[in-house]
Amino acid sequence: MTPPERVQPPRVLTDDNLAKAREIIALYPHSKSAVLPLLHLVQDQEGWISDDAMREVAALLGLQPAQVLGTCSFYTMFKRDPVGRLVVSVCTNVSCYVNGGPELYDALQQRYSEDADVTVEEVECLAACDQAPVLQVNYEYHGPLTPEVAEDLVEDYKSGRLTPRTVSGSQG
Amino acid sequence: MAVTETRIVTQRLRDFPDDSHTIERYLATGGYESLRRALGMTPAQIGEEQVKASGLRGRGGAGFGTGQKWSFLPPGVFPRYLCVNADEGEPSTFKDHMLLERDPHQLIEGVVISAFAIECHTAFIYIRGEFALGAERVAQALAEAYERGFVGPDVLGSGFDLEIVLHRGAGAYIAGDETGLMESLEGERAMPRIKPPFPAVQGLYAQPTIVNNVETLSTVPHIIRMGGEEYAKLGVGRSTGTRIFSVSGHVARPGNYEVELGVTFRDLIYGLAGGIPDGREMKFFIPGGASSPWLLPEHLDSPLDMDHVQNDLKSMLGSGAVMVFDETVDPVEIAWRLSKFFAHESCGKCTPCREGSGWIERVLWRILNGRGRPEDLDLLLDFGDNIVPGLGAPFAQTTICALGPSTMSPVVGLVRWFRDEVEQRTGATRAGLERRVTVPMPEVG
Repeated sequence: MTPPERVQPPRVLTDDNLAKAREIIALYPHSKSAVLPLLHLVQDQEGWISDDAMREVAALLGLQPAQVLGTCSFYTMFKRDPVGRLVVSVCTNVSCYVNGGPELYDALQQRYSEDADVTVEEVECLAACDQAPVLQVNYEYHGPLTPEVAEDLVEDYKSGRLTPRTVSGSQG
Repeated sequence: MAVTETRIVTQRLRDFPDDSHTIERYLATGGYESLRRALGMTPAQIGEEQVKASGLRGRGGAGFGTGQKWSFLPPGVFPRYLCVNADEGEPSTFKDHMLLERDPHQLIEGVVISAFAIECHTAFIYIRGEFALGAERVAQALAEAYERGFVGPDVLGSGFDLEIVLHRGAGAYIAGDETGLMESLEGERAMPRIKPPFPAVQGLYAQPTIVNNVETLSTVPHIIRMGGEEYAKLGVGRSTGTRIFSVSGHVARPGNYEVELGVTFRDLIYGLAGGIPDGREMKFFIPGGASSPWLLPEHLDSPLDMDHVQNDLKSMLGSGAVMVFDETVDPVEIAWRLSKFFAHESCGKCTPCREGSGWIERVLWRILNGRGRPEDLDLLLDFGDNIVPGLGAPFAQTTICALGPSTMSPVVGLVRWFRDEVEQRTGATRAGLERRVTVPMPEVG
């Protein structure tokens, strides 16, 4: 029986990032270790991780797309659906919980529920409890914050007064 | 007399808050001198006479002897790997976050010395994905260290080669478990592995592997500088040296405090962190991260001594995260929020944890919302008995890793200290219940 013909996945990575991907793969004794870094690279470029991007990562690493999906779907930082260009991650774990984290999350969630630019998510401890309640905008820390100050902050990112990192937290 | 910090690992970043992360500041404050000294020793001298003699125990949570861990490497098997566990995620722990951002060269120097001591030529720094600035600072420091010959081929002309690879995680608490970390580093889901084989024998890529925490490795240059025996003079009993404690919650000055082990919780919470604001009273505190059972104000005069907290207080110093809650807090609410965390982070590999963590969250939620049933406390303990048979400490466990038993710590805290409050809310009367599972109580007040 002849094996089914491999369909060449559509290209997602730019030429520059493809070169970067090959450099990353060469860092590891086993290429599969590059799954997480390559998915970060995709997300830096695209703002999220599409099925096509996972197919491309799989082809680069000699894996099945399902293997890449299996890893990708385990990690909360990887977004498999499009998100806003600003991801606001609000901690509501206990040290933030007793210092106004849930109220901060609710306020931002309400304020930006209709805004395609901003995705507000509730996250577990961000390891910055001395700044409670704390949040990250594209993995840049801000805290402690009141809901009012937090909204001004997000507006500063929206208007370009502050320059955000990428959705994976790299410098843009 | 008021207690003060004993700064070893945090000295530079406190003295030079603006530029402690730069190579210039690092070199101007004695940086990489320990590496030069270590390269003049044999690997065995570093492992045995320095690190083992220092009594250094892992600062990530388990508190295992670092020199002892290194000694488990099977002789003559190469390549071996060193993984830095920089995946700090235990709720309310924020010390490694600070060390990574503000003294990355100290960590790198510790990595190079440790790699030399265990004869390893490839090390990985697995850094939590959310630490964007931390990853940037470590990457910058690594580039500088390579450029100046502290890392790379023929380190400082010694003939020793070392590559260090910085690897970003992507959001998974369980990657902080050492076998979960290795799975993640291999490109898999971060699901912990069954032990044995232990990582020192078969770890990353099935080769001998040592996984050490950021604070642990950041301490190594100081052990070389001071001498292992001298370092061991600090501390108390088998808890030698200093540790960084992350104090948060209801305190006036939340933050990281490095103290000599053996000072008390009261020194830490009321002395250094300024106590509870606005004259309120403490209801309870959590001594070592979300995974550690809770303690009461009556335990405040206990020393920060890993063995004492584990053996006598039936809790643990864990990751060094001290969370303080005042009298306005509802303990059921805190227990529910912590159980929600564990249910979210359970990787799903072991049934008792995958199922149990979710059920604990749901039962605590209904108690919190006034729909508790008389049998609920027993039900919670029954879930716990499936995960941690006997609910003892140190625990037996039916799961591969320690996340399973950790899910029970909030429940154990509730049952030990706030049983009356919970029973009032669930309508249970003690006389009406026959408890199948009981919770061992601490032996000292």
